[in-house]
Parts: sequence; structure tokens; C-alpha cells
Amino acid sequence: MKRRAGGRSRLAANYRFLAALGMTVLLGTVAVFAQDKPVALKGGKLLTITHGVIENGVIVLQGGKITAVGAAASVNIPRSAQVVDVTGMTVYPGLIDSETNLGLTEISAENSTNDLIETSDEIMPHMHTAEAFHAESALIPVARMNGITNAVVAPSSGDTLPGQDSFIQLDGASASEMLLIRDLAMPLNFTGDERRNKGGFDKHKFPSTRMGLAAQRRQAFLDAQDYKSKWTDYDRKKSDAVRDKKPEPSAPKRDLKLEALLPYLEGKKTIVLAAEGPSDLQTAVSLANEFKLKYVLNHISHSQTVLDYVASLKVPVMVGPIYEAPRDDERYDTVYSLPAQLYKRGVKIVFASYSAHNVRNLPDEAGYATAFGLPYDEALKAITLNAAEIWGVADQLGSLDVGKRANIVVANGDPLDVKTDVKQVYIAGRAVPMTSRQTWLRDQYSK
Amino acid sequence: MKSVDKLILRVVSIRVLFVLASFGAFAQTSTSAPHNDVVIKNAVVMTVTHGNIKNGSIYIKDGRIAAVGESVNAPASATVIDAGGKYVTPGIVDSHSHIALDDDVNEATSPITPHMMMKDAFDYQDKAIYRALAGGVTTSLLLHGSANMIGGQAIVIKHKYGLSRDELLFPNAPRSIKFASGENPKRVYGGREQLPSTRMGNFAVQREALVQARDYMREWDAYNEKVKRGDKDASAPKHDLKLEALADVLRGKLMVQIHCYRADEFLTEITMAHEFGYKIRAFHHALESYKVPETLAAENIGIATFADWWGYKQEAWDAIPWNAVMSMRKGVRVAIKSDSEDYTRRLNQEAAKTMRYGGATEEEALKMITLNAAWIVGVDDRVGSIEVGKDADLVIWEGYPLSSFGIPGKVLIDGEVYFDRALPGLGMTHYREGQ
Repeated sequence: MKRRAGGRSRLAANYRFLAALGMTVLLGTVAVFAQDKPVALKGGKLLTITHGVIENGVIVLQGGKITAVGAAASVNIPRSAQVVDVTGMTVYPGLIDSETNLGLTEISAENSTNDLIETSDEIMPHMHTAEAFHAESALIPVARMNGITNAVVAPSSGDTLPGQDSFIQLDGASASEMLLIRDLAMPLNFTGDERRNKGGFDKHKFPSTRMGLAAQRRQAFLDAQDYKSKWTDYDRKKSDAVRDKKPEPSAPKRDLKLEALLPYLEGKKTIVLAAEGPSDLQTAVSLANEFKLKYVLNHISHSQTVLDYVASLKVPVMVGPIYEAPRDDERYDTVYSLPAQLYKRGVKIVFASYSAHNVRNLPDEAGYATAFGLPYDEALKAITLNAAEIWGVADQLGSLDVGKRANIVVANGDPLDVKTDVKQVYIAGRAVPMTSRQTWLRDQYSK
Repeated sequence: MKSVDKLILRVVSIRVLFVLASFGAFAQTSTSAPHNDVVIKNAVVMTVTHGNIKNGSIYIKDGRIAAVGESVNAPASATVIDAGGKYVTPGIVDSHSHIALDDDVNEATSPITPHMMMKDAFDYQDKAIYRALAGGVTTSLLLHGSANMIGGQAIVIKHKYGLSRDELLFPNAPRSIKFASGENPKRVYGGREQLPSTRMGNFAVQREALVQARDYMREWDAYNEKVKRGDKDASAPKHDLKLEALADVLRGKLMVQIHCYRADEFLTEITMAHEFGYKIRAFHHALESYKVPETLAAENIGIATFADWWGYKQEAWDAIPWNAVMSMRKGVRVAIKSDSEDYTRRLNQEAAKTMRYGGATEEEALKMITLNAAWIVGVDDRVGSIEVGKDADLVIWEGYPLSSFGIPGKVLIDGEVYFDRALPGLGMTHYREGQ
């Protein structure tokens, strides 16, 4: 491997690359699908999320952003704006699905259409969902027609470290326009599902148990630590050599797997820590603490007995799905009521569809959680502002506030009710076509 | 199976104390006088067949609905349940389920297994029965899986969780058999380099089995005719369980429930049914029924479909959420079913999706998980609507049932409460831990 002249290590260069992808690209691309003219949605019921409900409101979308929000009487509509009468409609921010497989699959049973997970090894942090994301997937229009405008794209969960998530917008001229954040976060799974080699004495491949998985996982982070010090050491020796005008030392060999772990090891990016029951949860948290990882929790569907402990961790929880079946000794609603239980303890929650084809049903789950005690406003926040906060984009998304990206949904009723029909979705101020392969089929056979 | 009356008598004598205990607050008579009259009052009764009755009452006698209306004449001794203005619907009927069969859903060792009896795999203690009950399901059709072109014979259960095995069986329910087509059989057997591995193979296997069954039936018919004539020398043909079951299909004694996705396969299945003279009760999944609804309607074939599942395999790629309503508008009898231990717990939400996709009315949507589903199962004379004479299988809802927000508060089967959300623990009235 050739070294670069100029006293900067490859590692540092790589960091700058990551930083560029992760930070400066964030929501900052020049839109090819640009909003060409201001739009004013007038007369609707605005669910702002941050400052209550405005009946008979006006919201102005200009240059892809929200430029005014308020009661009809208080907002000046620009003369050039296209005014859309949305009287009787409910207007709310685009919904954010905190875990999907969008763009990684078309037809579940057809492997040629799946790019969900690399199963050759449990430790695959160098897999980037952004590099498989299929922007033209027929699933995306289906999801966005129900008001989902942004989503986290994650690999499926059968590996301990299956790769890195992306944050997408569900409209755009190309993948690069839709991929708002590459390598947003990294799932770290400890649910038992990673035991692909489980099989008693007939299988001979490590790891086949949770002990094995835990050891393998810990070793991965230890290796990453060692890798980091090797490079730090090299950087120091190299700058010494430059200073002393001596021959430069040779660079350590690059290891993509370990390199991918570094931003997480340094707490610069978020680990999505998945566990179901109390003991797996505590084992997973111990590992996260040992390596000082910054994390959010995922699932914890069967951790009802340790919710005070969960609250004490002071981290957000991606809860559920609440449709996860209770264990046989549990009451039927023990998972349905988990969001309410967490909220009561002050835990910030978000919902996710954990799906590709059923992303469109994300709001139904939030609605159902209210039937089991979650306050309505919190349920709505869990698929808007809370999600935006967890993913570091609350300055851009998650509420109807001036300056935020104009991802707006206009629907004929309560966003969390299964009966509500979304009439128009705006993404970056642009009215997206309310069509999909499914509407096309419907229309073909309605003639 | 037991007769309804016999079953109710037994259940009543054993269970009445539990019922009274759970409604102590409303009981108007001494708990020492066992009776089984119940009145649900102050309810919005969604009858399914004759509209909603605001501030309605239902009088239940001996497990059956004896009266429905704004006011009912009930004896003063009846147990009163004040619904407090809540919605009451018929119990939900899930017309396609595989719960309570443990892992024994598919006898995938041969594509023709009509002699498999799901009753033999029925695990009446499976908690999935309870969880579905807590979601308002009172009747389910438990089917063989779709690995085989001709699978086994279904059972119909009532979700009386906590009772003994036979008490969960729906009394006198008609027999159904599961057929399948398309990708599943070809994947299972094709994967083993066996017949069938194509749709041609699928139908060839099915036709061959039916040809054999017809020969078998004719042999037995001829023998029985001889016996009837007093022919002492007639020798009986060999008994063959498999062909016996298929002969019952040809004799019209089994309702044929066909797992089928694609429009072209509906047509081939219908042709085959005509060829052999049996009737298809329903296509299950039926995600492409919107492409040929007139044909299904003309054949009086129902569909048990998903509200919005799609894309999980190639033959589900043309699924659209408007399927149910588009088919219904062309005269097809449509049921929304679960095929899932998960979704069976909230079929009310799934039905509500048809109001959004295609604009089903509230009653049409509700019918898809009650009366139409009951028709597919063949028990629409007993359940599926709130009408005098029908079984008192009822759900008292908290919230509006056709929404994201409605959940069952109490679920009654044959006039008895089996689930009550207000109770601690599992919310069960008839279940003991360790049972």
C-alpha cells in the first residue's frame, strides 16, 4: 500500500471521507426534483407537533422548506404561491420510519431481488446499505403514498453486526438524492436470532451459542481498539519521522471491518442495540458500556420486568413492534402496552415498521399503542419528532416549523387511524405523484 | 360432535359460578340460583344484517340470541351487562388460520394428503387461541398448510379457551378440505426434484388424484348397490383413507377451500371443479380476484383474502389493497382473514382498511370478518351476525371497532364471557394456570 505524501494518514483521510458523507451531505444536496413555485396549503387542521394544533391554518412551502405556519389570519401568502384549499383536511409532518428494509428487497421469496444481509459472517460492519439501496424500488411509492416521507434503511437482523444504516427520503431523482445520510448508524443485534449455526452437536461452526456470539462480538470491538492504537501509533511515528527527516514507517494494513467500527467506538455515531429479554438486554448494555458506545435500544419486547432499569439507562428506545407475540406466560397485551409503560417512565420512544412492504402501516401501530395507554401526542411524536431527534435531523424534519424541510402530508382524517386516506404528500415542497404500481393495477382493472 | 343443547347444558352447570363471580356487580339475583340468561344493555349494537341499533339491548337465553332491539323483554333474574354505550359486534370469524396446530400444519411428504385430519394435531391449550380471543375472534377455521395440492381436512373451533378439547370444537360445523396451487407445492416438491415442480405438474397431480378418487367412488357405489340388491357374493373393495376423503369431495360432502393467488389459476381450478363435479367454496389469499371478479361471482365462490399484504412472493406481486372492495362491488362474497397468529388478533383493523381502500361502508367492512367469513366456513346459520336464534358470540368493544383504536373489552361465546380485559392476570374467566 502506497503512502500519501503530505503527512496525512490514510486513516485520517478516511475519517474525512466519512465525515463528509455523514455530516456535510446531510440534508444538503441540491435537489434535482426541486420545488419550482411556492405552495400555500390553506384551511387545514395543522398538527404541528411542537406548538399544538392549529385549526384553519396556513402553511407555506417555498424552496423546499416551510416558510410560514400559523392561523389563516396571521400568515401572509406570497403572491406567487399556488394556493391549495385543504379545508377539512389534516396536515402533519411527513412520517419517519425508524427501521425499514426499503430499497433492499422487492419480492421477499425471490432471492435475486434481495440485498438484505450478508450471512457469510456475523461481523459485517463494512456493509453499507447505501451501496445496495435501490431508489426505483416499486415499494417506495407505496410507502410514501401513506405519508411516510423518511426512513432508516437497515440490513435485516440475522447478524450481530450486519452493516450500517442509511437515512432516506422517499422521493428524489436518484439514489444519491434520496440517500440523505449514508452510514447513519449501526445495528448491534443480540436477540438470539444471530445463532445461525445453532444445531447442537451436528454443527461445527463457531459461534453456535449466545456465549459464542458474545465472545465474538467483544473480540470485534477489542480488535477495533487495537487497530485504532496501531494507526495512532503509526501517525505519531510518521510525524516524528517527517519532523526528524527520517524514513517514514510503513503503514499498518487496512482492515475495512475494523475501520468501519471506529466511528462507533469513538462515540461519533449511534449503535442500534437490539435485545428482547432482560438478560440479553443487560448483556448487550454491558458490552456497550465497556466500549463506551453511544446507543439507542431496539425492540426490548420481552423486557417488561426491567423497565425501571431501561429508564435508568436514559437512552431512547425503538419499541416493538408491539405486534410481537407475548410469551406464553404473559398477558395478551404485555407488548401492546410497552410503549405506554416506557413513556410513563420518561423514556423517549419511536416506532418502526421493521418492514419493507408494510412500511405504509407504520401509523396504525402508533394508533394501536394509544388504545393501550400511550398518550396520543406521544404516539404521533414517536413517528415524527422523536425519530428526527434520535437520527439527528430534528433541525430539518419532524414538525411543522419554519425553516424545516417541507415534507408534509395532507390527509382526510386522523393520521393514526387505519381508515385515514392520505390525499397528497409533499417532499421537499414538491407534490409527489400519488401513484404506485398498485394504483396502476387498480386503474387497469377498474376500466 | 355433541349437539349444541347438550354442550350448553354441561358448560352452564360447570361454569355458571365463574360467570356470576365476574359480573357480581351487575348480577340481579342470588348466585345460588344457576341460570344462563344474560342481557347486554346500553350498547350500540352492530348487527351486520340489519344496521346499527343505538342504545340497543341483546337478550341471551341458553347461549343463543333470544332478542335484539332498543328494548328487550328479559326476565328480571337475567345477568345484566351494562355496555355503557359501547359498540357490540358479532364475534369475529377468522376464515383462514393455522394456530393451535403446533408445527403440524403441513404433511409435506406427498402432494396429495386429503386424509390428514387437523383435529389430530389440534393443540387446544395453545395460547394463540387466547390471544386471538382477546382480539375478538370467537370462531376460526384451522386449515392444513399449502405445501400440498390437496392437503388435509380442517376443523372449526370456538375460542372457548380453558375448556377441554372437544368443547372447543364448533358443534356440527361442516367439513372443509384444503387445496392449494401455485408456488408453494411447486417449491416444496420441485425443491426435491419431485413432481410437481411446475404449475402444469401441480394440476396434473391434482387431476390424477381426482381420477383415482372417481374410480374408487364408482367401485364402492357399485358394491353398495349390489349389497342393497341383496347380492351376498359381492366383495367389498379395499378401504383407502386417501381416496375415501377425495370421494367425499366428489360426493359434495367436503367444502373445498383453495389456496390460490393468480387469476389464471382461479380459472383452471374452476375448470377442474366442473370436470369432476365438485363445488369450490372459496379461494383463499385470492390476491388477484379483482382481475376476474365476475367469474368468481357467477360461480358463487367466496374469497378469504388479506387486506393489504403483498410482495412476499412472486404470485403476490400484483396484490393491491383495493382487491377486497373491487371484488365485492362485482358481487364476490369477500372475507378478510389472518393466516397469521399475529394478525388474527386485530382483524377489526384489517377490515377497517377496506373502508379506506375502495370505500367499503362500516357494515360491509364488518361483514368481511363476521358473516362473510362465517359463510366461507359454512357456519353462517349459527354465527356472524346479531340475529335472533344465532349463537351469542359477541364482542363488547372499547373504542370504535373499525379503527386503529378499538380493542375488545369483553368477549362472549355462547352467551358466556370468556375474556374480560378488566380482569387481572390473563383476563380469562375459564382458564387456570397449568391447565
